[in-house]
Order: sequence, then structure tokens, then C-alpha cells
Amino acid sequence: MKLSELLNRTSEWLKSTGPNADIVISTRIRLARNLDKVPFTNWANKKQKEQILVQVKEAVDKSVLLKEAEFFKMAELSELDRQFLIERHLMSPEHTYEPEHKALVVEPREIISIMVNEEDHIRMQTVQSGFNLRDAWSLIDKLDTELNQALNYAYSVKLGYLTACPTNVGTGMRASLMLHLPALVLTKQINKVFHALAKLGIAVRGLYGEGTEAIGNFFQISNQVTLGRPEEDIIGNFERIMNQVITREAQARRFLIMKDRDELKDKILRAYGTLKNARIITSNETINLMSNIRFGVHMDLLPDISIKTVNEIFIMTQPAHLQKLENKMLTADQRDMKRADLIREKLK
Amino acid sequence: MLCDICGKNEATVHLTEIINNEVTKLHLCEECAKDKASEMEEHFGLAELLAGLADFGGKLESDEMTKLKCPNCGFTYMDFKKIGRLGCSECYTAFKKNLAPLLKRIHGADQHYGKAPIKAQKAAKVRDDAQALRASLQKAIELEEFEEAAKLRDQIKELEKKLENKRNKEGNQAG
Repeated sequence: MKLSELLNRTSEWLKSTGPNADIVISTRIRLARNLDKVPFTNWANKKQKEQILVQVKEAVDKSVLLKEAEFFKMAELSELDRQFLIERHLMSPEHTYEPEHKALVVEPREIISIMVNEEDHIRMQTVQSGFNLRDAWSLIDKLDTELNQALNYAYSVKLGYLTACPTNVGTGMRASLMLHLPALVLTKQINKVFHALAKLGIAVRGLYGEGTEAIGNFFQISNQVTLGRPEEDIIGNFERIMNQVITREAQARRFLIMKDRDELKDKILRAYGTLKNARIITSNETINLMSNIRFGVHMDLLPDISIKTVNEIFIMTQPAHLQKLENKMLTADQRDMKRADLIREKLK
Repeated sequence: MLCDICGKNEATVHLTEIINNEVTKLHLCEECAKDKASEMEEHFGLAELLAGLADFGGKLESDEMTKLKCPNCGFTYMDFKKIGRLGCSECYTAFKKNLAPLLKRIHGADQHYGKAPIKAQKAAKVRDDAQALRASLQKAIELEEFEEAAKLRDQIKELEKKLENKRNKEGNQAG
């Protein structure tokens, strides 16, 4: 598998096939694991980091779930390719810093990916379409057990899986949902909801995870606590709370369509008009307007547009994707023009 | 010096805040400092605060603390205070005393329950069995079934002993 093969394919999680896909774009669970007694990545020397890479590669080669997966060494990828992988949510922005001795394992459907030598030796994740915590957990649990056959994990009976940062110790598990909450934003309930979530130990972040800004009414919401409760409990609790958020968003959507149908339609069709006619458009403007389009499609206000087209536009208009499509580096101004062209083409 | 907030307890935490170029110094007792920290958490990322938080509740004197060093990887406790990350899995044992209150504060717990790697599954089973018995014990006490409770208590003690042995056998396991 080459990276360029991913370009023309939609990641499995973007297919909007999962439960509640109108509100929950994707479900992600990641596990942090480290090798026993080997210094954590940021404290390990070159030789140790290389050794970690070799060991993880061996474990990956033996895995059945990763039979078709590709092992990319970060140092061998171009800056553009790294950006491309971040845009596809296969790895974190941090994983591009000091790329020497870092690697990414990706399985062709992009359901599983593993960062090797990020903050922890191993950060494995699964991303699924829609609201699907149970399936996500069962898959990542299986993968973890598989890799454990070949790797000696750092673990203590008292503290669980030992991680570089004490905030991950215990299960090493972070479950997160990417939510689209336009109606909660429009009805001004969003801050109340986030406030309540914070009290329940649940964190809200932007589109690309930690330290990124929330745009287009997209939010990444995840559990914070990793120590003291079994994975299934954490997931069950998180699921119950997220169900409430989803119900609230659905209620707010119904309310808006009943009370403010014309206003809503106006907002959505204006966004459509802009996207259909723009000649120059930034990435942020695209996300904000496409958020309205996505909302409109799910409210049956834009019958001619499919959710597949919406998702394609979202993913393809990102800076690295545009440049991969054009097969050359583009300046920001050039990108803004190419982006507008691509959107007009897709919305024809 | 008394705490600036409650004015009751001895101030042991000294905080310098810079807001709009104005420096304010706060002298707080441990209780109020904890409240202050959780207030700050809402404004900053948790990770950035870890290093600063780590000292609260620590029992060691500061000069003793500066000497703490992980025998496996050479990482010092001062390193942890600087970057909020640990050096290796053994650091959890080396800095156990200081980390315990920190973990309690972050997670509200200091004992892992849940998945265990293959090598530790037997010990994890004993741990989980003991936990289940503790719940039964609690119930027995509530129902005033003291004979049953005594039986359960003995069983728990036995399991705890077993767990301790397993831990010692594993050698390295963090407390």
C-alpha cells in the first residue's frame, strides 16, 4: 500500500454508516502502551528508540489484524505526507516533531493505526463511523492482546499500564467521539452542556485533538479518568453521558426545524450559494460553511447533496490533501483557489 | 503565615500570579491551594499543571526530593517537575510517595481495575476477587451479619497476602 492509494479513498470512518452518524461522525478509542523498563520515548536514547521500533515492527508482523497494514517510518516520509496523515486523523500533530525513530502503522481501511514512539512507545487507535464505542473497544482490545503476545508491557498490579504521562496511567485508554453539534450551538445550549461535561470528568477539544481549536461546530469529546475503573465501566459511563448529548442535539434540531425553519433554510442555502460560487476560499471558511451543508443534508433541506459528497469535500479540501491531489506544493493563495475549484466541481 | 484565602491554616503553598503584568503573591494552605489548582485547571491544560501540582501532599522534604532519582533510567524527580512526564515505567516505583497523591487528585483513585497483560493476569484475578469480597463485606456489615463479615474479612486477608507475594515475586512492580 502506498500513501497515494489512500488519497482517492474515503476512510472507513467517514462513510457515515454507523449509528447516529448524523450527529456522531466517528468513535475513536486509543490505548497507550510501553515496553517494561525501557525509557519512555522522550527519555530514551537513539539506540533504545531504534530497538523499540524493531520490537514493535516484529509484533506488528505477527499480528493477524494487521496482516495488510503498512509500516511507515516517519523520517522517510515527506513533510507533506506527514501532514496528509494528520489530516486523515491517523496520527497526532506531535508525531511529526523529531521524526527520527518514529513510525506509523496503518491498515488499509484506516480503521486501525498505531503511532510508534510518540509520547508512549505505542499508541494504538481504532476509528469507526458513528457512535460505536462497543465495537471500537472490542477491536482495540483484541489488537492489544495480539501485540501483547510479542511485547512485554510495562504494568503494575497497583497502577495498571504505566505511561509517560500520569494522566494516562491505569487503562491507558482514551475514548473519544467526534461530534457535530450545530443545533446546540445555534440554540446557545452548548456552553451549558460543556460545563456539565467538565464536571463529569469529560474533556472537549477541537477538530484535530489536544490543543486544537473547535471550528464548524465540530467537537472532540473524550474521557479523562484512566485509573480506578475497568475499561468496560469507563466506556459504559461515557456512552451514557454521550447519549444524553446526542439526545439534546437531536431535540434542538427538531426545535429549530419547527420554530425557525425559514431562518435555518436561509442560513444553509446561503452557505450553499457561497460554496457553489466562491473562487477563493480558506480552509476555515470551508469547514464553517460545510458544517451548515452537513446540517442541511441531515435536516433534509438539501435533497440533491449526498452525505458522501459532504464528507469528500471535508477531507479533500484540507491543505495537504489538495497538494497531494495536485501533486505539487502550493502556496496558501494557490490552495484557496484550488479549494474553491474542487468544491464547485463536487457540488455541480 | 496564615492562608490568604481561609485565614485559618498555616500557608504552605506560595503562588505567584501574573495577570495583566501585575504580580500578585498568594500564600495558601494546602486545602485552599487544591481548590485554587482545580480552578486553574479549567483555564489550562491538565498536563501543564501536573508538574506544579505534584508537590501538594508530598511527604518528602524538598532537599530530599531533589535527590530522588530513578535507578533504572536516571530520570530525577526534578525532571518530572519540569516536564510533567516520567522517564520510564520504573519511575512510578522510584517516585511512588510523591506520585500517589497526584494520581489520586487526577483520577480520584490510586488502584487500577481492568485489563491486565498476559504476564499479570493471575495477580489481577486475585486483586479483582479481593475487591469483590470487599463489596460483599460492606454489604454484610450493613446487614449486621457479623459472622459472615468475619469470614469474608479472613478471606480478603488471605487474598491480600497472596497478592503481596505475587508482587514481590514480580519484583519490580510499583507499590
